[in-house]
Amino acid sequence: METFYQAMRRQGVTRRSFLKFCSLTATSLGLGSAFVPRIAHALETKPRVPVIWLHGLECTCCTESFIRSAHPLAKDAILSLISLDYDDTIMAAAGHQAEAILDDIIKTHKGNYIVAVEGNPPLNEDGMYCFPGGEPFVEKLKRVSADAKALIAWGSCASWGCVQAAKPNPTRATPIHQVITDKPLIKVPGCPPIPEVMAAVITYMVTFDRLPELDRQGRPKMFYGQRIHDKCYRRGHFDAGQFVEQWDDEGARNGWCLYKVGCKGPTTYNACSTVRWNGGVSWPVQSGHGCIGCSEDGFWDKGSFYDRLSRVPFGIEANADQIGLTVAGVVGAGIAAHTALSAIKSTVLKKQDLKPLDPATKTDAAEPAAPPQPDEANKTTEEQK
Amino acid sequence: MAAYQTQGFNLDNSGRRVVVDPVTRIEGHLRCEVNIDSNNVITNAVSTGTMWRGLEVILNGRDPRDAWAFVERICGVCTGTHALSSVRAVEDALKIQIPDNANRIRNLMQGALYAHDHLVHFYHLHALDWVDVVSALKADPKMTSELAQSISSWPNSSPGYFRDLQSRLKRFVESGQLGPFRNGYWGHPAMKLPPEANLMAVAHYLEALDFQKEIVKVHTIFGGKNPHPNWLVGGMPCAINIDDAGAVGAINMERLNLVKQVIDQTRAFCEQVYVPDVLAIARFYPEWFKLGGGIASQNLLSYGDFPDIANDYSEKSLRLPRGAIINGKFEEIHPVDLYHPEEIQEFVTHSWYSYGDDSKGLHPFDGITQPSFVLGPNHKGSKTKIESLDESAKYSWIKSPRWKGHAMEVGPLARYLIGYHQNKPEFKEPIDQLLSQLNAPKEALFSTLGRTAARAIESVWAAQEMQRNYDALISNLKNGDTATANVEKWDPATWPKQAQGVGFTEAPRGALGHWLKIDDTKIASYQCVVPTTWNAGPRDAKGQIGAYEASLMGTPMARPDEPLEILRTLHSFDPCLACSTHVIGEDGGELVSVQVR
Repeated sequence: METFYQAMRRQGVTRRSFLKFCSLTATSLGLGSAFVPRIAHALETKPRVPVIWLHGLECTCCTESFIRSAHPLAKDAILSLISLDYDDTIMAAAGHQAEAILDDIIKTHKGNYIVAVEGNPPLNEDGMYCFPGGEPFVEKLKRVSADAKALIAWGSCASWGCVQAAKPNPTRATPIHQVITDKPLIKVPGCPPIPEVMAAVITYMVTFDRLPELDRQGRPKMFYGQRIHDKCYRRGHFDAGQFVEQWDDEGARNGWCLYKVGCKGPTTYNACSTVRWNGGVSWPVQSGHGCIGCSEDGFWDKGSFYDRLSRVPFGIEANADQIGLTVAGVVGAGIAAHTALSAIKSTVLKKQDLKPLDPATKTDAAEPAAPPQPDEANKTTEEQK
Repeated sequence: MAAYQTQGFNLDNSGRRVVVDPVTRIEGHLRCEVNIDSNNVITNAVSTGTMWRGLEVILNGRDPRDAWAFVERICGVCTGTHALSSVRAVEDALKIQIPDNANRIRNLMQGALYAHDHLVHFYHLHALDWVDVVSALKADPKMTSELAQSISSWPNSSPGYFRDLQSRLKRFVESGQLGPFRNGYWGHPAMKLPPEANLMAVAHYLEALDFQKEIVKVHTIFGGKNPHPNWLVGGMPCAINIDDAGAVGAINMERLNLVKQVIDQTRAFCEQVYVPDVLAIARFYPEWFKLGGGIASQNLLSYGDFPDIANDYSEKSLRLPRGAIINGKFEEIHPVDLYHPEEIQEFVTHSWYSYGDDSKGLHPFDGITQPSFVLGPNHKGSKTKIESLDESAKYSWIKSPRWKGHAMEVGPLARYLIGYHQNKPEFKEPIDQLLSQLNAPKEALFSTLGRTAARAIESVWAAQEMQRNYDALISNLKNGDTATANVEKWDPATWPKQAQGVGFTEAPRGALGHWLKIDDTKIASYQCVVPTTWNAGPRDAKGQIGAYEASLMGTPMARPDEPLEILRTLHSFDPCLACSTHVIGEDGGELVSVQVR
């Protein structure tokens, strides 16, 4: 991966201008001239990938989840892994100081920054159901994405639309891939996604400088390739026909299968049953509530969370009650049906072309950019009489 | 707008206009515009919610037992508190009694939310208003250690600890990639902490970032995940099994020990790090005990929360105070009735909604929300590139709730001031102690730092309350009571044809209410009035300003182009904009198009 210095040279910035930038950086940070060579050295060697984290219509659960990561710690991800230059939830700067950062990243890291999107843009009302900075979020998203290296669609809002896109979707909240169609994009669905999965996706991208292998729907196979049900620790109870029939019954107190009280584990692709949540402490099924399928497209509109799955392709609805009566006879059939489904699923998962993220392979030659002057940001403001 | 008076404030928008958008380090999207006079003192303030999601129309026709999951997604920062309000609303409507254990577990989860939310708010959303990260590079680690040890017994306080941290910070800054600290207000004349205090605060910023993820494990244990744990109408989904072979599949002693450990750690961190830091920082900013009060000295509202008796949401059961104070008459605490049609009403005079007659307010049971995005004649810019808004017309996606016609402040400060004047020792004593440590009068609480200090104190209360509920839960288990759910009315066939109910909590940011109507087993109407609606709402029909707008009045700005003072005061409320701006009524399906007059 090219360093910040190399990126600037590629854009026609001279060594002299680069050192001037380092000097301005030192000055704007209140540091003496002694720091200039050190800043220059760092920028010449190992830059952290700039990340712009945008928020549309959302609830901030993805950011909250990200900072829960136990490995790596959010602290280490932010200090050592990436350069989280813009994230309205945690950034120090506000207003014009914040927006100046966006402009600067787009200009000086053209083609080399990652845009992480939490939430989604509403398209009704000319986009004015969400207008941070006075403009429709959809315009901001397009502007910032135009020169991005890749996009991450955090969570179910950015991936699918999520709760504000549930019927009748009054604001026409729209997932990112329907708005940005010309960039490598990875979906990391879930409401929110698992903290360590979020951190792992970013680490993978930075370490290997490419998107992980995605399934047909754009999700990383490594975390979304299997159903909750496939790796559920209560699976043995499913196979044995031992079900929770009602909340707080004997089955519930013994940790039996939650299928009959609505668990969507059999139709949900996510890593909850393996990675688990919050440092591996638990996950929804372990804590007694069925999976609500929050990483699946349109999960809000698939009936009540407590309705027993009726459209499970392997027809388990018919089998579950029978299992309760005649366990042994049905188990084999259930397993066979599962195997068949997995086989069907695996055939539809087409191997997506992996787009290399290395900017060296990109052809969009950047325009020569003026030497960036980050200290100017602190001087600009919008004002009216 | 000509200059006018309201609630003791002189509003004058004739001076220079300063726009802050986005207001960062909050949840959601907030815009703030102010006018300043020739001395750079704020003479007019305009608070605008800039997003709207329409969740309530999405809820119409759905199963009330599912509603908690939808409304929980109103906010991932105060995650769980909307879900709790929702299950309470459904239980109120259907007259469902939950087991005591479920009440205890809910209180434990709400307490964990309080501690987590307050801690993250102070260190990660608010601290950079007071702490100069770059100045920390100049600190002497030994003196930093002395400072830390003089205010707390927290063990991470050696000179070596701060030296290591400072080295890492230096390397980070020298990389030239400042990440979230980029373009911060470093060196701003309103920054007053010495380098050593800055270094200590930066260390605790990072420690708090590491620690906060531990607190939420209480949610993970009982609710399966955080953010957005799972809840259940009629109780809690996590069954308890202490003795049998199946205990490993339920809440057992190992799980409870983890809860207990988190409670102990949380209390230690809040007592030994959070509160001492707030006090230490506050000492360098005495002027901020005089600024930012707004309507805190006049009108305060709290619904109360943490029922000590399951299913009893009356004042005697609620551990957090309940009541209203109006017109600065602190000796008179008014009772609050969430069902009364004349008490809580929402106005849309200056909000982008239409009631037909926009001069009247509506009780949430009768709430309607027809979006009406119309910019006033004096706005600047275009309809999709707004430069400045016209506050004489509609100017926010937030409605304006009023209690008996009054704009109210809600939140930790409101709770503490109400509890204080109810002479409840658990609220009065820590406040008196705080004031004596700061050598400040009671009026100092009506301020930006008053809010910040009340929130810090409340985090300790929350940890103690978690312990109290944990002890009660263990006591029940000792007595053989392990029930966590009441399923008598789980089946919709047992429900009346029509029902309505109210569920409320005190969210970390303040009073939160959900109003629900059920018709033929489906949701017929769902309305939420949330804390940030109370605090951040725009003007009402009478021109009364809300808590945010009032709190900015009279504040001098050192550098209007770098609006640190505005951030300080707005952050002191802990804004949560996704919460405040989702509201839509049952007839909100037809959406009008943008009009610009």
